Formats: sequence, C-alpha cells, structure tokens
Amino acid sequence: MEMQSSARRRKLLKFQVFIAMRAGRGNGSGAVAARHREQYDQPESRVMSRPRPKHLDLTKIRLPVPAFVSILHRVSGAALFLFMPLLLWLWQESVASQQRFEQFRSVASHWAVKLVLIGLLWAYLHHLCAGIRHLALDLDIGTELAAARASSWIVLVAGVGLTAVVGVMVW
Amino acid sequence: MVKRQVIGAHYGLRDWLAQRVTAVAMVVYTLLLLLALAGLPRLDFQHWKSLWELPLMRFATVLFAACLLVHAWVGVRNILMDYVKPIGLRLALHALTILALAWYGMWTVQILWGV
Repeated sequence: MEMQSSARRRKLLKFQVFIAMRAGRGNGSGAVAARHREQYDQPESRVMSRPRPKHLDLTKIRLPVPAFVSILHRVSGAALFLFMPLLLWLWQESVASQQRFEQFRSVASHWAVKLVLIGLLWAYLHHLCAGIRHLALDLDIGTELAAARASSWIVLVAGVGLTAVVGVMVW
Repeated sequence: MVKRQVIGAHYGLRDWLAQRVTAVAMVVYTLLLLLALAGLPRLDFQHWKSLWELPLMRFATVLFAACLLVHAWVGVRNILMDYVKPIGLRLALHALTILALAWYGMWTVQILWGV
C-alpha cells in the first residue's frame, strides 16, 4: 500500500518536472527542477532497487499444510481441465457400440492409461474434498488455525485414501 | 468496508458465486452417478449404454456439463490471470480456453445423443 502511494508520488513529481520544463520555467538545471530531482531521488528509491534477501526459492519454501492443499486444488483443477478431451474420448468410445466398447476396455486396461486415469481420479477426489472444505471456509466454518490445519490433513488423506481404495478395486 | 451484495452488479462476486453453485451441483451429480452405477446389475456394455439413454441421466449429465464448463472457465481464467502476464498471450489463452470448453460442451451433447 505504502509502496504504491510512494510510486504514485514519484510519478506525480516526474510529471511536474516535465510540465515545468515544457513551460520554459527551467531547463532541468533550475531551482524547481533541482528540488524535484532531489525529491525524486530520495534514498528510498535506491533502497527499492537494492538486492534484498528474498526467500522465493521454490525448493526451499516449506508450505504449511493448508497452503499445500490449496495449491494441489489448483493443480488438480488444471489437470482435469487439460485431460478433459481424453476423458470425453474414452466416454465416447465406451458408449458408441459393443465393438468400440471392447476396444475402449483394452485401451483403458493398459497400465499407462490406468495410471493416468487413477491420477485423474485423485485429481477429481482431491478437488472435490478441497472444494467442500472451501465451501465450509466460505461459511466461516473451521477458519481457526488449528481447525484449518486439521481439515487440510483430512482433505489430503481423504483424497489419497479414496484414490487408493478405488485404484486397488479397478486395477 | 463497501457493502457488496451477491445479487448486485459486477464485483467479481458473480463468478465467485457461479463457481460455488456449479460446484455443489456437480457434487450432487457425482453422488447420483455413483448411485446409478451401484444400481447396475452388471457393468457390461448393454447396461452401461442403457444407463446413458435414461432421460434423467441425459438431462442431469447435460446440466453437469454446463456446470463444469462455467466452473472450469472461472478456474482456468483465474490461473491464467495469476501466471500469464503478457496481455496478448493471456488474451489468446482465454480465447483458446473458451473455444475448447465450447467444443467439449457440444461434444458431450453429441456423445449423449449418439449422433
């Protein structure tokens, strides 16, 4: 907030210098322009450009569980979107005819396809569970830190657990 | 704080609400589908196909698809707005997303009515 307003102030000052120069009241070496330059070149603008220690190394960041569940919600949603054509195609083949149903079965029982489908099953289940958690949070249920952490663990375990159960059933 | 009403105009609340309403509808559909699958005597082609020929199933599935498209649009758009900064690229990806979702919607109807 403060950074934004100081940036706006600097922009305004720059603009005033520009106007003053255009009006012929200075050629950049006048008193007004010098004062503006002095204000514009405040130490804070130099501080902003100095390298600071930032902990944005993705391999070093340790996310709290709710953040982990949240980013997985996004990842699972994106995966479901990207694999939608595959799912639609499989569904199409499965209902088209007896013969194409058999072909669908042989494709879907390939281990690689099975792995992808079980991955997508996890994405669906995690997205579903995390989504229900979001709805509860929207209703102000479980917004305390301890409760939010606990519900995140439940979502994480439920997603993986349900996938494992169904995965073993269909393998 | 500004008082914002869900039914008011354009605060971004409409998309927020749409995403949640469609989510709940899809949860209901998921349970319905699981029930329908559990009710099948055997999971062979005949039963599988006849399941998708039930008028209720077709109606519910079209509704589910519509919800999915709206839900996915809001979600994908949010992702693109967060990570894709060049405005031209973002616009192109938004357009591609809309076209893809429209195609998936038509494809769903096509599959259901076996054209």
